[in-house]
Amino acid sequence: MMSHAAYVFASYAVAAVTVAGLVSWVIGDGRARQRELKELEAAGIRRRSAEAPGGAGR
Amino acid sequence: MSENSLAIRKFSDLANPTRFLALADRVLPWLAAATTLFFVAGLWLSFTTEGDYQQGETVRIMYVHVPAAWLSMMCYTVMAISALGTLVWRHPLADVSAKAAAPIGACFTFLALVTGSLWGKPMWGAWWVWDARLTSVFVLFLMYLGLIALNRAMDDPARSARVSAVLVLVGFVNIPIIKFSVEWWNTLHQPASVMRLGGPTIDSEFLWPLLVMAVAFTLLFFTLHIAAMRNEIWRRRVTSLRRQAVRNAGREAQAL
Repeated sequence: MMSHAAYVFASYAVAAVTVAGLVSWVIGDGRARQRELKELEAAGIRRRSAEAPGGAGR
Repeated sequence: MSENSLAIRKFSDLANPTRFLALADRVLPWLAAATTLFFVAGLWLSFTTEGDYQQGETVRIMYVHVPAAWLSMMCYTVMAISALGTLVWRHPLADVSAKAAAPIGACFTFLALVTGSLWGKPMWGAWWVWDARLTSVFVLFLMYLGLIALNRAMDDPARSARVSAVLVLVGFVNIPIIKFSVEWWNTLHQPASVMRLGGPTIDSEFLWPLLVMAVAFTLLFFTLHIAAMRNEIWRRRVTSLRRQAVRNAGREAQAL
């Protein structure tokens, strides 16, 4: 039988690891996509709709 | 210009992903800073307030468990509103919003389940019981996983958008079931003690850390959601640019 403090510690540890994992995944994903966009731009591929409003995003 | 058309213009302005990206860049640092501040205050309150006379120290688990559980439902509600945006208004960002929210919702639901289990063992004497509240939240977790799998299985966002939007809306029936499960059925899980008619029934000693942590979790959700939406827009741009590159290469090959 664990002490009550151990259950509290385990809960906060799981929460910290989950939130840290989620935050680092979101940041890492963003960096990877930006890198890909920069590579494409460096290769001379640009969005035709970059200037036109409403046509962006896809 | 009439007020109505101005409102429509504002709405379509927000639908422009380029404008959304600019807004996200401006808002994200502030949101991240506010999230950190609320977490510092919330964690400090969580560990400096008194323990409960019955639950003892384990009451502190509630300061993570309850906000995570609230957010798991709010995230699904955001996805359901986004699904309506996809199906009814064909808002270009609606599908981006629903897709970006799913992994975040899954994480919050996972947290609610695990911390609930860690509280249940010392307080109920069981890690898990198949009562209505626990089971319906477990179903919510499975729905998040199913939606993530569906989004990943379909390459074309235009086609997957409508399918997953319909699925999200069908699954929304689970949200009132989760909320009212503790009233409709005889559950081991306690009934609502904060968000109920007639006001909260818990002592302010526990209410304060709970509310500050709830604000912190909500801010965390919106920070991550906006950042994940930005990532999804970038991802779609990369895909369409790569297609464009392939088309250009094909055209050049034909010209030769």
